[in-house]
This record gives sequence, structure tokens and C-alpha cells, in this order.
Amino acid sequence: MPILRLTLLRHLGWAVAGLVGLYLLTSNVEPYRDLQIATIAYTAIAAAGLTLLTGTSGQISLGQGAFMAVGAYTTAVLLEHRPEWPLGLVVLLSTVAAAVVGALVGAAAARLRGPYLAGATLAFAVGLPALADYRGLRHVLGGANGLVVAQPPPPLSLGETFPLERWQSWIAGCCLVITLFLLANLQRSRMGRNMRAVRDDEIAAALSGVDVARTQVLAFVVSATCGGLAGALLAVVNGLAAPGAFPLALSLSLLTAVILGGLGSLAGAVYGATVLVLVPGWLNNLAESLGVARNVYANLPLALYGVVLVVVMIGFPHGLQGGVRRVARWLRPDGSARSRDGNASRADVTRVTTVPGTESDSVLRGGPDGD
Amino acid sequence: MRFVNLTLAGVASGSIYAAVALALVLIWRSTRIVNFAQGGMMMVTTFVAYTVGQHGGSYWLALAAALGAGAVLGALAELLVRPVEGGPPLNAVIVTLGLLVFLQAVAGMIFGGTPRSYSPAFSIGGYLIGDTRLLFSPADLFTLLAVVTVTVALAVLFRRTATGLRMRAAAFAPEVARLLGVRVSRTLTLGWALAAVVGALAGVLVAPSIFVGPNTFDAMLVFGFTAAVIGGLDSPSGAVVGGLLLGLALSYVSGYAGSDVVTLGALVVLVVVLMIRPAGLFARRGGRRV
Repeated sequence: MPILRLTLLRHLGWAVAGLVGLYLLTSNVEPYRDLQIATIAYTAIAAAGLTLLTGTSGQISLGQGAFMAVGAYTTAVLLEHRPEWPLGLVVLLSTVAAAVVGALVGAAAARLRGPYLAGATLAFAVGLPALADYRGLRHVLGGANGLVVAQPPPPLSLGETFPLERWQSWIAGCCLVITLFLLANLQRSRMGRNMRAVRDDEIAAALSGVDVARTQVLAFVVSATCGGLAGALLAVVNGLAAPGAFPLALSLSLLTAVILGGLGSLAGAVYGATVLVLVPGWLNNLAESLGVARNVYANLPLALYGVVLVVVMIGFPHGLQGGVRRVARWLRPDGSARSRDGNASRADVTRVTTVPGTESDSVLRGGPDGD
Repeated sequence: MRFVNLTLAGVASGSIYAAVALALVLIWRSTRIVNFAQGGMMMVTTFVAYTVGQHGGSYWLALAAALGAGAVLGALAELLVRPVEGGPPLNAVIVTLGLLVFLQAVAGMIFGGTPRSYSPAFSIGGYLIGDTRLLFSPADLFTLLAVVTVTVALAVLFRRTATGLRMRAAAFAPEVARLLGVRVSRTLTLGWALAAVVGALAGVLVAPSIFVGPNTFDAMLVFGFTAAVIGGLDSPSGAVVGGLLLGLALSYVSGYAGSDVVTLGALVVLVVVLMIRPAGLFARRGGRRV
């Protein structure tokens, strides 16, 4: 089917399929599940942004949770002081606010590498939520208790009994589909190729005319924008923006989701986010039926994420999505026609890096990516 | 007077940052890994000390237990990161972060999320000079002396003993060291254990002022990292100076701007230092290896 070779059309097809799937899924479940879907959607948005940054552009960020905090607080403050503004505008402005912060942090981050970047973003993630309790801002940001967000009701045209949770899952789900569509196109664009080139070999990329710093700042801004959108949706869905909602553990769990899904894979980011949201619920039920103490099961997911980070990094550097891809390649009869690591989209970058095959030693370089 | 007090408080807290920075620098020197799990490791060792204290152990017994636990934990952590040693830097970063998350979760399971108070060895009431009370207490003096002692001991270890020489050799030229009969991996394990002992000491020293909880050491990790970067990550003496400088800077930030912006202050210091001298204030100049 030659028409499917057009990237844009194929991505549009996926987007429409995603929206239809979302409609069918949300219409047939009870409100609690709708709420879970909304949570998965905004988590996936944050994870997708991080996957672009870490997987495609090769920069690590432990600060995604802090960008979510920026988005969430902007939404909370705007909804409190400008309740007449439409929700779409508020979410858009929150996203822009996170993008601006992202540009500032990204400009600094573009000069940092590896562990230095990790340390700087760690400081950002630990430091930013504490601002809510800063004495000059406490009256605006609500201190340690945070701000209560008035949840916008579903429009009356949907009927008076339309559940709020389903409306929220629609908002979050649509945002997720739009985000994934834009990110997928970005990954396949010239900018996405530049990011992969910078990730694989900065010096070779610079010699080929890629503006390394600009590419890295842009990746950071895109990632922060996704974080801000996710945070805005979090505030709307949960009805609260509080510093306790954005601990370091949040940023680290998002990193877990991204790594679990295979770095650089947007589909993997969605799986990873799904696991991130569903696993605590399952563990909760399991622990309750076993009668385990609250402290234990509340921390079980976190312990699991830690184990996942270590085990995946040491054992399965291609993540869950890498495994799925490997099986798919094995099943596909014409698999041998593609490049050896099954990743035709990377061929252009591999040429830049001069020594094909050497990248496979690194997760951040060897993780298959593309759509 | 306020300035003098903030300076004294800065020296006291700076010496603790210096100890955390030392723990990070020791590991970076030997394995080129920033041990982000250090925050979790010192949290766990401090909980060990707390538990010993709860069961009637004295401050000194608790401290000894924390140091012992640190040695064991450091050696175990080295075994964990060994597969990613020498690999791409981000893989090692992620493994140590995984360990951090895991340790925090385990501590949360056992002790819950509410931070516990930890009593200091000496009085925390400031010294009296005339009739003004200084912001510097016997507990602060003990902290300062303990960190100075450890720094001197480490310097003696590295400069004057055969073990220290072997550790330096294993860090700087592992191949050559192996050929000369140094058991490199065992030496690296020892180095991690040593670093974790220093971290454990810092944990117990700082515990009275930040309380002991699964997340209360996150900020200490940030401060220690910042101090280590100021000193160039590679130099133990740089780490100590970096710790003291950071302690002073953050003490002024805390005193004149507010304690809630201290961590962001550390971020600003970190970014500024990395912008001006990417290899730290004390590092020799060198190019980035291609």
C-alpha cells in the first residue's frame, strides 16, 4: 500500500484510530476506569516528552516532574483568578509557561553532559516544588497544602448526566493523541534526524552542519512543553496542585516508564505510562487481600520501579518495546530487507556516525526508535 | 552579627556537604560514576543508627553501626554497578538512580513516610560570647571536627599507605595496576565501601537538623553533588573547599532570602560554576575527550 508510506497520512491514521479507540473504551467503562484512563493519558504525555528528550536527543532529565509542577500550578492559579477563561486557553497558557521554563533550563542544560546534566536536573526537581512554600509566593501558590482546582464540568450539550470522569478522560485522551501525533512527526522530521545525529555523535553532527546546542535546547523545550501539558491535565483531573504531588520519585518513575517502554519509542512511552498507573492499583488490591501493612504496599510500586531501572539497564537495554519489536521482526517475512538492527529510519544517522554497529553497546544510542 | 552567625552556620553545614561531596568524589575518581544512590545509602545508614538508638544504644554505638552498615552497603552497591562500569555514562546514572528509588521505597516500607527526629551527640544551643548567643553550637563544632578528621585520614590513606597507593593505581590505570598484581575489582569494592562510610558519617551528622525520613536526604544529595562539582568532581580537597563554599553561599541564601529557596540556590550555584568552569573551580584544564 504505497499511500501508507506517506508518514503524515500514516500518523493521521493512527491518530484517528486512537481517538475512535478512546471513544469506544471510555464509553463502556465505569467512572473509576475513566479516571484511570485520564491518569494514564497525562502520564503518557509526560513520558512521551521525556522519551523524545532522553531517547531521541540523548539528554537525561530527572526534572520532568518539576515541569509538570509548573504546568499544574499555572493551571491552578489561572483557574482560580480567571474562572471565566475557557479551559483550552488555560491549558494552553500552562503549556506555554512550562515551555518558557524549559527554554531557560534547556539553555543551561545544553552545555551539560551525562552525570552533570543528571545532577543539575535533579537539583531542579528537588528544588522547584519547595518554591510553593516560599514566603513571597505562599499566598499565591498555597504553601505546602497546595491549591484546590475547580474542575470544569462537562458541557451541557453532552447531557446532564454525563459523568465528569469521562469528560476528563476525553480531554486528557485527546491531548495525548495530539501530543503523540506531533511528536511522531517531529521524530521523523529534519529536526528529529538532527536530534538523533546529536545523540549518536555530537562532533560528527556538528561537522555535518547540525547546530548542536540549538537542537538540544529545542528537545528540552519540547520535553518541558509535554511536561507542562501533563501537569495542567493532572491539576484538572485531580482537582489539586500541591508540592507533595511532584516529589523526586515522580520524575524518577517517569524515567522508569520511558526506560520500560524502550528509550525513544513513543508507543513504549504509552505502555510504560500504563504500567506506571495500573501497577500501583493492582499491588494495592493484592496487598489488601493479603493483609499487608499500608507502609509496605504504598511503597511497593516504588521499590518495583527501582528494581526495573536496575534490571532493565543491566539486562534488557532495549526495554519492553524493544522486545515487542524483536518479536515482530522475527514474525515478519521481509524482515531481512531492513537494516540489520531492524531500524530503517536510523540509516541516515548511522551514515553520519561512520562506524555502524558501535552504537549497539549503548542503550541511549542503541535503543531502536522511530515511530 | 547576623552575617557572622550566618557564616558560622554556613561553615557547619558546609562541612557536612563536604563529607557528602567526598563520598561522591571518591567513587567518581575510581569508577567515573556519579553515585546518585548516595542520598539513599546515607538515608539507610542513618535509619540503622536511628534503630540502634531506639533500642537503647548510645550515640557512639549508633554511629559505629551506621558506619559499618555504610561499608557493607557501599560494597554491595559496587557489585550492582559493576556490569555498567566503563559503559555509557547514562546507563550507570540510571542504575544508581534505580538503587536510590529502591532504597527509599524499602525505608518507606519499614519506617513509613513521616520523618523521625534524631538527637545530636552534643548540645545544639549556641556558644555564648558575652551575652550574645552565636549560631554555632558544640554539636556544630563536633561536626566540623569529625569531617576534618575524616578528610585528614583520607589524605593519609591515599598518600602514605600501600592500600591507598593501590586504590589510586586501580583508579587511574586499571590495566597497568592489574599487571602489577593489584586486585583491581577488589580495590574498587573497597573504594566504594570507604566512600559509603564517609557518606554514612555525613548522614548521622546531618540527621539532627533535617530529621530522618525516606526523602529527607534528597536535598543533601543535591548539595553534595553541587559541592563536588564546584571542586571539580575529581579532587578530594576540591570537594572539601567546594562543600565549605556552598555551605556559606546557601547559608546566606537561607538567611537573607528564605530557607525554601536553598535547593534552587544550589541549582543556580551549580549552573553558574558549570558555565564558567565546566570542569570545576579546581580542576586542571583539559579538553573533552572525543
